[in-house]
Amino acid sequence: MKVITTPLSNTDVEDLRAGDTVKITGIIYTARDAAHKRLVDLLDQGKELPFDINGQLIYYVGPSPAKPGQAIGSAGPTTSYRMDPYAPRLIEAGQKGMIGKGEMGPEVVEAMKKHKAVYFAAVGGAGALIAKSVKKSEIVAYEDLGAEAVRRLEVEDFPAVVVQDAHGGNFYVEGKENFVKSLS
Amino acid sequence: MRELNVQEITAAVKKMCMASNYDLGEDVYNCLKESRKTETTEVGKNILDMIIENADISKNEQVPICQDTGFAVVFIELGQEVHLIGGSLNDAINEGVRQGYIEGYLRKSIVEDPLRRVNTKDNTPAVIYIDMLPGDSFKITFVPKGGGAENMSEVKMMKPADGEDGVKDFIIDRVTRSGANPCPPIVVGVGIGGTFEKSAMLAKKALLREIGERHTDPYYAGMERELLERINRIGIGPQGLGGKTTALDVFIEAHPCHIASLPVAVNINCHAARHKSATL
Repeated sequence: MKVITTPLSNTDVEDLRAGDTVKITGIIYTARDAAHKRLVDLLDQGKELPFDINGQLIYYVGPSPAKPGQAIGSAGPTTSYRMDPYAPRLIEAGQKGMIGKGEMGPEVVEAMKKHKAVYFAAVGGAGALIAKSVKKSEIVAYEDLGAEAVRRLEVEDFPAVVVQDAHGGNFYVEGKENFVKSLS
Repeated sequence: MRELNVQEITAAVKKMCMASNYDLGEDVYNCLKESRKTETTEVGKNILDMIIENADISKNEQVPICQDTGFAVVFIELGQEVHLIGGSLNDAINEGVRQGYIEGYLRKSIVEDPLRRVNTKDNTPAVIYIDMLPGDSFKITFVPKGGGAENMSEVKMMKPADGEDGVKDFIIDRVTRSGANPCPPIVVGVGIGGTFEKSAMLAKKALLREIGERHTDPYYAGMERELLERINRIGIGPQGLGGKTTALDVFIEAHPCHIASLPVAVNINCHAARHKSATL
């Protein structure tokens, strides 16, 4: 188990290997499909992003509404490949990692290797459990998008697994291969 | 002729929106616990523990199991001796969805147009299927269907020559290509036969079965068992991180089809395989 604190440096990223179990503490930002489109449109226009992306992690999540007394509603990861068209641009702009579920494409892996970034999987469908590690949530941009707005989350011991690392390691492939080998 | 006021339907739908999203069915819960015992990888065991703990939290605190509280899919079995009064059936169902999703703190995940993509803000409209049956009963089944697993689903128009082996290989291939995306361990619904759209409907309906409930035809029951075993040797495992527990069950529904055709649909559900029914 590795304990990591955001924001991440290049060295932090390079120390992480596919298969590592981690707990994340610090600030993370949320964005999914619609917000990514707007963020990349801003970059295309040479404009500033609504938050400083340097060293940051983006969590692919659209939480359910918080009940009174909750910091956030259920907040598990959404499927990451839908962000493949956008992630390389944001990595180039300074993003150091993604949190989601499911494999990310080769264009993202290339950007991760070139600019040093890491991809973590959170447990899909464990939104009620993951919400316990979110201590604070505030909308920083695109409130009109509802669940898809960009949020700044303060997290403590957020559970995740490194699935694709900056060295080309891919735990989705390795984990499956290890199991298949164990059958023979 | 029995009269049924649609207000009762609104109230039932509202209740089912919340109940289905907070309480994982016992069949799924028990299967997850059994799978935890037979899972062989450490990472797989850890993930299953978290999924089980999550189901406990959501039930105890009455919060959504998953933030994706789904597309509201509603199946109605309408007895033809039932006379619905007090308004439109579709409006009554949508009103129940609206109330349930707003009052139940459920996520609103529906956009009013697939390309212009503006959120309807109350999770309506529902997708509604009505089956007309003899008698005077009225049964409603509510299925919140998550987007991640739905996206890994597929219909394929196969050749009759592809036969049983071709169909099985397509199903295995579909699951393999889905990898971690649909939140494994998954439930696999398969529709074989009918027309293009009928096969997809059958696959969706197959997902309404309880975990462990085999097809009544021994031929298809055997195929379900074989497919489950093959899928659980692929190695995807819980959340795709490697392991035995890739699927909790496989359900097949079949239908007569054209001499030229062999439609096959695979509809995938995540481990939060939610649904609730009520008879009014």
